[in-house]
Amino acid sequence: MKESYDILVVGIGGQGTILASNILGEACMIENRSVKGAETHGMAQRGGSVESHIRIDGRFGPLIAPGTADLIIAFDLLEAFRYSYFLRPGGKIITNSRLVVPTSVFMQGLPVPTEREILGRLSDHELCVIDAEGLAEEAGSPLTQNIVMMGAASHFLPLKQESLVQSVSRLVPPKTLKTNLSAFELGRKAGSSC
Amino acid sequence: MERRYLLGNEAIAHACLESPVDFICGYPGTPSSEVVDILRGQPERHYYIEWSVNEKVALENALGAAWCGIRALCTMKHVGLNVAADPLMTSSYTGVTGGLVIMSADDPFAHSSQNEQDSRMYAKFAKVPCFDPCSIQEAHDMVRDAFGFSEETGLPVLFRPTTRICHSKGDVTLGDVQVSGRTGQFNRDPRQYVVIPAHTRVLHKKLNEKQATIKKRLVELGYNKAEVRGRDAVIASGIAVSYVSEIIPSTTSFAKIGAYPIDETWLKEFVSRHERVLVIEELSPFVEEEVLQVAGTIPVFGKKSGNAPYEGELSPAAVGRIMKSAGFATNMDFPVADPPQDVPPRPPILCAGCMHRAAFYAIKKVFREGIFPSDIGCYTLGLQLGGVDTTICMGASITVASGIAHSGEKRDVVCTIGDSTFLHTGIQGLMNAVYNNATMTVVILDNRITAMTGHQPNPSTGITACGVPVPPVSLESICRSCGVSFVETVDPYNLTLMVNALKEAKERPGVKVVIARHPCVISARRAGISRRPYEVDSEKCTACGTCIRFGCPAIEMAGENAVITSGCSGCSLCAQICPTGAITPGGRK
Repeated sequence: MKESYDILVVGIGGQGTILASNILGEACMIENRSVKGAETHGMAQRGGSVESHIRIDGRFGPLIAPGTADLIIAFDLLEAFRYSYFLRPGGKIITNSRLVVPTSVFMQGLPVPTEREILGRLSDHELCVIDAEGLAEEAGSPLTQNIVMMGAASHFLPLKQESLVQSVSRLVPPKTLKTNLSAFELGRKAGSSC
Repeated sequence: MERRYLLGNEAIAHACLESPVDFICGYPGTPSSEVVDILRGQPERHYYIEWSVNEKVALENALGAAWCGIRALCTMKHVGLNVAADPLMTSSYTGVTGGLVIMSADDPFAHSSQNEQDSRMYAKFAKVPCFDPCSIQEAHDMVRDAFGFSEETGLPVLFRPTTRICHSKGDVTLGDVQVSGRTGQFNRDPRQYVVIPAHTRVLHKKLNEKQATIKKRLVELGYNKAEVRGRDAVIASGIAVSYVSEIIPSTTSFAKIGAYPIDETWLKEFVSRHERVLVIEELSPFVEEEVLQVAGTIPVFGKKSGNAPYEGELSPAAVGRIMKSAGFATNMDFPVADPPQDVPPRPPILCAGCMHRAAFYAIKKVFREGIFPSDIGCYTLGLQLGGVDTTICMGASITVASGIAHSGEKRDVVCTIGDSTFLHTGIQGLMNAVYNNATMTVVILDNRITAMTGHQPNPSTGITACGVPVPPVSLESICRSCGVSFVETVDPYNLTLMVNALKEAKERPGVKVVIARHPCVISARRAGISRRPYEVDSEKCTACGTCIRFGCPAIEMAGENAVITSGCSGCSLCAQICPTGAITPGGRK
């Protein structure tokens, strides 16, 4: 059996998956735990589908095997669907309620599932759907959607709430700290009903 | 001693500060770029650092520095080592006095690359030691010690991390940053540094004589180590060691290869104590071939037996499958889990407001039947816009274009190349095309930055790696001095001008150059430039699809109409192409 708690953070390049994975990694440092992770860098980041693997208490390789992730945090609903096969039976998905339709869908006239269809397809999993955009706006900046999602996920992470808040405080630009802490708190509240 | 959560490349950069290094250079290339970026961004620098114009230039610079007795690091991606192969192959003959570490980052699965070549082959070819880390911590420790090993052997050391080292993260224990105080001094020694035949024959013999000692040292230093625990043995290298470690039972023997060349005597001794051996490594069967050499009648499983793939990257699940298929026990079973088939792809895409999109649009408009060789950069994404017919390697847009133009192909040949790629290896191709009287158009996509790899400055940017202002190179002057008489510079945000320049180029003989110049939209945003976003008047929009086909990620279809999202950068191009004038500036910046 694996000894790590494995999280996949997925989204679209530019949505802040790397900051999210840094927050988890830094929180592990605060709790003096081992952690391994893998990220998408380079050209794939330019608006493409991106994934960050984080293995809390991981001691070996950085990659999570499909069918074994404990938690998926998705910044986009379509990306939650794309990566849902990584989840272990009984694993949990925390996802943004909205999706950005890929530009190639419009250019090539490809079919795209609706939000409702995706939620139906994901209904086998424990699902927590968060209005990240609405809550981020409430916090004061649409750019804090990733922090909203981390707040919502905080209930299910094997990390202390204080460690996560301290980690957010260390990693976000000082000028945006208040907004980000408020985003984290709003996300946490929204996640508590999941 | 400090423990931090770091990107692999951050840990590698920190190891250079601990060593410490005196001279750093390289050319950006995913997944290697962050090492130089991090080192050039240090608040206090006790070393020289530059972004060089290409990898050959970088390695020769580093070699010169190492010949002066200081420690030098030279970074690149795996295909960059092809460009630097010329100096590499002879640098092992001349050797070095100061430690020289060449980082060539491999990219199994070609996440951001044109091929999956294996840098270990180059180390064997050049007869230099090669370090192949299995984790971020080991990558850090290897680089910290590699400079010393280079000095001990008098040879450059090839350091070969892969994407899953460079772009992985983990908890790393770091040492203290040091200041070397070394100053370079060149000691004249023609027998060492002037490789005329009489000298090089002697140097080659000396290089060969070093090999046996290197092999033994790599075992003594613990880079190659083995534990006998049963009758079955797994031998792994690089990141595969981490994957195997997680699932190998305690009753299976395990040998870990972290450096080359491998000591055959040591390897044979280990292999001979087993009934079956399985070799797990990414890309080439590099270790496997060594194992086969010493295994005798002991069965060896791996790529050649059909159990492991020759291509792509490994993963815990892939390693589990390989072990299972070879009949080796594992202590973990991975479920079969397949991705859903009906999810539309989300490939990377040129940014909203990217100047390349405008340039491709204009090229396609003027040269409807054209052939479009292109090059390596963000603009390779012009493939999605039908503006890229070929890419092979850095600088090859112009050369492939002249080859096509001379082939008898009747259609117009129009190639695209970025500013950094043109300065990397494009100039020789242009000179050659003019010299040999090709008929073609070269469009230099000049956004003044090496954007794809993370916005590194280059000679067209006007600042050095450390932010010191320098005179920017004139692309116009370079082209003219290559003999191009038609050199036009236009801003592709002005589509009319861009189209007119291309039309004029189309009518003229010989090699024509159009320089499409506009700052990268990401650099511009970082510099504080903002424009009013555009909006669609739903009354005027006829849903003709012109703006949708333009492929901007800020334009979507919503019901019957096109809409512009908050991602709009205000470039105005969609407004310029809208046939009904339905798109106008709106809202606030």
